[in-house]
Amino acid sequence: MSLNLHSVRVTFPDGDHRITALDDVTVTVRAGEMMLVTGPSGSGKSTLLAVAGALTEAGSGTVSVAGTPLAGLGRSQRDRLRRTRIGFVFQQANLLPSLTVTDQLLLIGHINGERPAASRDRARELLARVGLTAKEGRRPHQLSGGERQRVGIARALMGRPALLLVDEPTSALDHERGLQVMTMLAEVTAEQRTATVVVTHDLQYLPLADRVARMQDGRLTVEDPSRAVGRAQM
Amino acid sequence: MFIAFRDLRYATGRFALVGSVITLMSLLVVLLSGLTAGLSAASVSAVSALPVGSVTFEQPADGSEIDFATSSLPVDTVARARALPEVTSVHPLGISTGRVTKDGRTSAATFIGTDTALLPEFRSGTAPGPGEVAPTAGLAAELGVTTGDRLTVGALALTVSGVTLDTSFSHLPVLYTGIADWQQLAHTSTITALGVDTSDRAAVDQALGTRTTSREDAFAGVGGYTSEQNSLDAMRWLLIGISALVVGSFFTVWTIQRRHDLAVVRAIGGTPGYLLRDALGQAAIVLLVGAALGAVAAIGLGALADGVVPFALTVGAVAQPLLIMFGLGLVGAAVAVRTVATVDPLTALGAS
Repeated sequence: MSLNLHSVRVTFPDGDHRITALDDVTVTVRAGEMMLVTGPSGSGKSTLLAVAGALTEAGSGTVSVAGTPLAGLGRSQRDRLRRTRIGFVFQQANLLPSLTVTDQLLLIGHINGERPAASRDRARELLARVGLTAKEGRRPHQLSGGERQRVGIARALMGRPALLLVDEPTSALDHERGLQVMTMLAEVTAEQRTATVVVTHDLQYLPLADRVARMQDGRLTVEDPSRAVGRAQM
Repeated sequence: MFIAFRDLRYATGRFALVGSVITLMSLLVVLLSGLTAGLSAASVSAVSALPVGSVTFEQPADGSEIDFATSSLPVDTVARARALPEVTSVHPLGISTGRVTKDGRTSAATFIGTDTALLPEFRSGTAPGPGEVAPTAGLAAELGVTTGDRLTVGALALTVSGVTLDTSFSHLPVLYTGIADWQQLAHTSTITALGVDTSDRAAVDQALGTRTTSREDAFAGVGGYTSEQNSLDAMRWLLIGISALVVGSFFTVWTIQRRHDLAVVRAIGGTPGYLLRDALGQAAIVLLVGAALGAVAAIGLGALADGVVPFALTVGAVAQPLLIMFGLGLVGAAVAVRTVATVDPLTALGAS
């Protein structure tokens, strides 16, 4: 299993009080499995990604990524884990404006200290996979929203992650492009054998998921996809 | 510096702007350095050319500093100094200013009377004997004289025995002569100072009741030298400080503008060290290119201005202020970009 959370609780200070962002969350996502997490704003979806992505520490409970427990890891060990085992796809793609499409991917190889030739081969392969070979020299502002998200996916896969964390990938896309991106995520999850967690507001993509989970007030309820789809259609 | 190079290519306008500012700062700093060195040479090159380690002045009055213009020593000070065991060589120095004329052409000059051991290298002719003088090349050209010509100083007519390499004192070209002739020119029976080689300056001063300084410290005895150099140095340092602030300000704004991008790099595994190296490398490139362009422009302008203004550039005069400017600029940039190490990768997920 590539992601395992057990009885995870996260709280944040809010004035004189503390708000509970994650409340006793237990979930496992296996390699090759894509789990969609839905829920209203402020329900704790982004916190779930932050904890799974070693960006925030759990207040209690255990989190492990690709068999590595996160508890007790220092900042540099967390950095290394994110570099080598975790891929992020962000809401707005979050591509660096000065980098071309190819460079967005090569940056990962550079950070990881890989040989440039090997990085270039891997980047070429991934850009072909997401259908952007013809646009490898373009910069983010020269791409459509869907293309930017596909670059984001390719970048996230560049380091051969065990865990792919995806934050609202379709929020800025129309239905057709959103469907393309979600379909691609489902495909690469199966091909690259990543454990993929996708946070989304959009219930129309539920059929693409292997599993569906719903966040509500920090609590996570894992549902059967068919039941979740049925509930969404009601 | 993966990101740094690409940022430089992408945001060309912004980096060109700050690079131009650094170029202009560096141009000014190097021009000022050249001017400082040029003015220094015009002021004290006759002193710096003296082949002795020390200069002995009359003991200044309380609260006063050494001054070639007011120093006056009896002639027998030379013999008294020679008798001291700490002294290996002693030469009289007479320094005064006046006008020198040749066929209606008049020029202001500094008259330096001394013995042959303290004269600079000769371009032509020989050291002046009694009734003879040796102008510097510049003064000779100004007056249109060569070896064998006669010059008039006041009521005295003197023969040019030779022409020396250029030196100047207090921004005036020098006319060298023997100490006896100098005393006639200056209407005095004393001398101004001594050029001395000694192992113990304090012992010399104790024995003679004088003030002995190193040759370099004796520059302060040239009227206006210290205040002139201090003013120019203050301007140079101010410019260097301003350029450090400009660089720091630019990189502060630049870092703030791309905080979100930096958070993304942190989120995908970039370490604070990786970001710092990248950001500092970028600052170093901007500084280096800007400063180098400024230096090249300054050297070119200096070459054009040579002869019109006192301007002297050496490798040290160019390299030293540029290195300081580069170092301080990098410190300014380091202070500005240090915050990249504290960027929270969580903000890449939209956290505030």
